[in-house]
Amino acid sequence: MTTVANGVNVQALLDAREVLKGAPEAAQFTWRAAAKWNHGVHSTIKVQSFFGLGQEQSHKEESVFEADHPEVFAAEDNGITPIEYLIVGLASCLTAGVASVAQNRGIQLRSVEATVEGQHDIRGILGADSDVRNGYNDIKVTFNVDADASRQEIEALVAQSQKRSAVFDALTNPTNVTVEVA
Amino acid sequence: MERAAAIVIGAGHAGLAASHFLSARALDHVVLERGEVANSWRRERWDSLRLLTPNWQSRLPGHHYEGPDPDGYMTVPEVTEFIQRFAKVSSAPVLTGANVTRVRRTGDGYHVATSLAEFRCRAVVIASGACNLPAVPQLSDAVPSSVEQLTTFDYREPARLPSGGVLVVGASATGVQLAAELQRSGRPVTLSVGEHVRLPRTYRGRDVLWWMDASGVWDQRHDEVDDLTRARRLPSPQLVGTPERATLDLNALTPMGVNLVGRWAAVRDGQALFSGGLRNAVSLADLKMDRLLDTFDAWAMADGRWSELGPPERFASTRVPESTRLQLDLRSGEIRTVVWATGFRPDYSWLDVPVVDAKGHLQHDGGVVESPGLYALGLPVLRRRKSTFICGIEDDARAVIDHLAGYLAKRQSS
Ligand SMILES: Cc1cc2nc3c(=O)[nH]c(=O)nc-3n(C[C@H](O)[C@H](O)[C@H](O)COP(=O)(O)OP(=O)(O)OC[C@H]3O[C@@H](n4cnc5c(N)ncnc54)[C@H](O)[C@@H]3O)c2cc1C
Repeated sequence: MTTVANGVNVQALLDAREVLKGAPEAAQFTWRAAAKWNHGVHSTIKVQSFFGLGQEQSHKEESVFEADHPEVFAAEDNGITPIEYLIVGLASCLTAGVASVAQNRGIQLRSVEATVEGQHDIRGILGADSDVRNGYNDIKVTFNVDADASRQEIEALVAQSQKRSAVFDALTNPTNVTVEVA
Repeated sequence: MERAAAIVIGAGHAGLAASHFLSARALDHVVLERGEVANSWRRERWDSLRLLTPNWQSRLPGHHYEGPDPDGYMTVPEVTEFIQRFAKVSSAPVLTGANVTRVRRTGDGYHVATSLAEFRCRAVVIASGACNLPAVPQLSDAVPSSVEQLTTFDYREPARLPSGGVLVVGASATGVQLAAELQRSGRPVTLSVGEHVRLPRTYRGRDVLWWMDASGVWDQRHDEVDDLTRARRLPSPQLVGTPERATLDLNALTPMGVNLVGRWAAVRDGQALFSGGLRNAVSLADLKMDRLLDTFDAWAMADGRWSELGPPERFASTRVPESTRLQLDLRSGEIRTVVWATGFRPDYSWLDVPVVDAKGHLQHDGGVVESPGLYALGLPVLRRRKSTFICGIEDDARAVIDHLAGYLAKRQSS
């Protein structure tokens, strides 16, 4: 097999899979984000620490995100809307998946682009119609992949990436959510 | 206390095949069966079931189908009769009504306790079946009591269900077969579809299982399979054996009026919540089917068979609704019955030897269990992809009994 260079260390992931098969405790991760309200519907969210492999971990640097709403919502637009962060997560997760699966299957990628469109009826969040849900009604992701592979192989990459995607699962399946006041 | 060189547990086709090869080597043994020969076919199948493997594939060591319709599919009474006859022609020493309640190691072998008698032996072949219990997911506990729940072990025929909607869970062979017959009975069916294996009934004029057999796909050995754990978990293909040789994939169910939804993920406040990922589940199955058909074509070309076969075919992609239902109120009366077609699992509650992993799977290497003298037959991809099928037992049983005989001979001489 020719070596492909998509920059994903698949061997490390495969090794981790073997190790964690026998050590489910180490596989338990906790991801964290901390939000602070600024003013209006603008808040700042910071992400740095997480827990995994049995101990506290940290990203190299803290990441800071601004979340707000656009001016058509009568807000100041200091950052993207929270529901847009969801499709940011989906697009990045599926793209990472495509790269990993391609690496594992020995497919050299030249470019991968994904566009995401989420259909959202805002009558739900406005309480204008109780039959309309708050969240997305429909999300569509379109991939443009240029690679040394047939169309069928590319479709298989994209399908496998969904199958192993954390965000795809989080959006398509219900998750228990607890919100409380400390 | 009775003694035998070997004890075989279970008189399905697997245990009887083991017995056939033990007899061929004149190894003294007993086949212990809790019910009657072919018990699973007598007690654990629904009325309309036919084999999904064609008659000519019903081949056991020294016994095969000889009837007038090699391309047909046996009914359950016919399978029972076929296995019963195999027991007879191979003069298998079966003790019926002997439920094995405990197997444990003793100094030089095993102690086997049954409802009839106790045995001491040097080797044990576990052929008690891979499908002893229905595998029902935990979320069934949260289904409101107003909805009746059935597993494929309780299900016999549509008329025994209340009229009204049915939610069939699982789209493998069992799920698609029951969805079709329930929908035909006038009960509106919602089919919850997770990962599945799509196959056409016939390809290029031949039964798709002829291709599996002839092209060597089914002969692939357990030590050649890329991801054995995955291969052993593979659900059964969407196939049904009917005189019309009709394909029964999701594209066949949709025009009948069956409503497709995603994998059943949770019950919350009496609402069934389904995954929104159905489109990807069907894409994966479509892609996998196309890859398999490519493999068949490549084999037909290399094997010089191309011209005897019909032209290559590719089948329409699976159609799914523009947006599938994500929620269904289980208290609304729309669904009167849930049918769990979510697969089966083996029962080793009687096995007092530490060879079963945390997930309830027997640990073995090609049927050879870590504990000396202990063997298994009839498990998924035990030695080859065809291992759980009737036509797959001959090679497996021969190899496993070879090993067992070698083990007994070595012990004798030491
Ligand atoms: C719904 C369904 C459809 C299938 N269709 C096909 C098909 O079309 N073609 C095909 O080739 N294969 C098919 N199979 C797969 C396979 O052929 C069957 O599962 C078959 O029954 C397996 O044979 P076996 O001998 O391994 O196990 P079984 O037939 O289950 O035999 C095991 C025997 O062990 C006995 N037993 C279990 N526990 C004990 C105990 N503790 N003490 C004593 N006895 C015990 C049982 O009573 C049973 O008689 C199908 C399976 C299912 C479930």
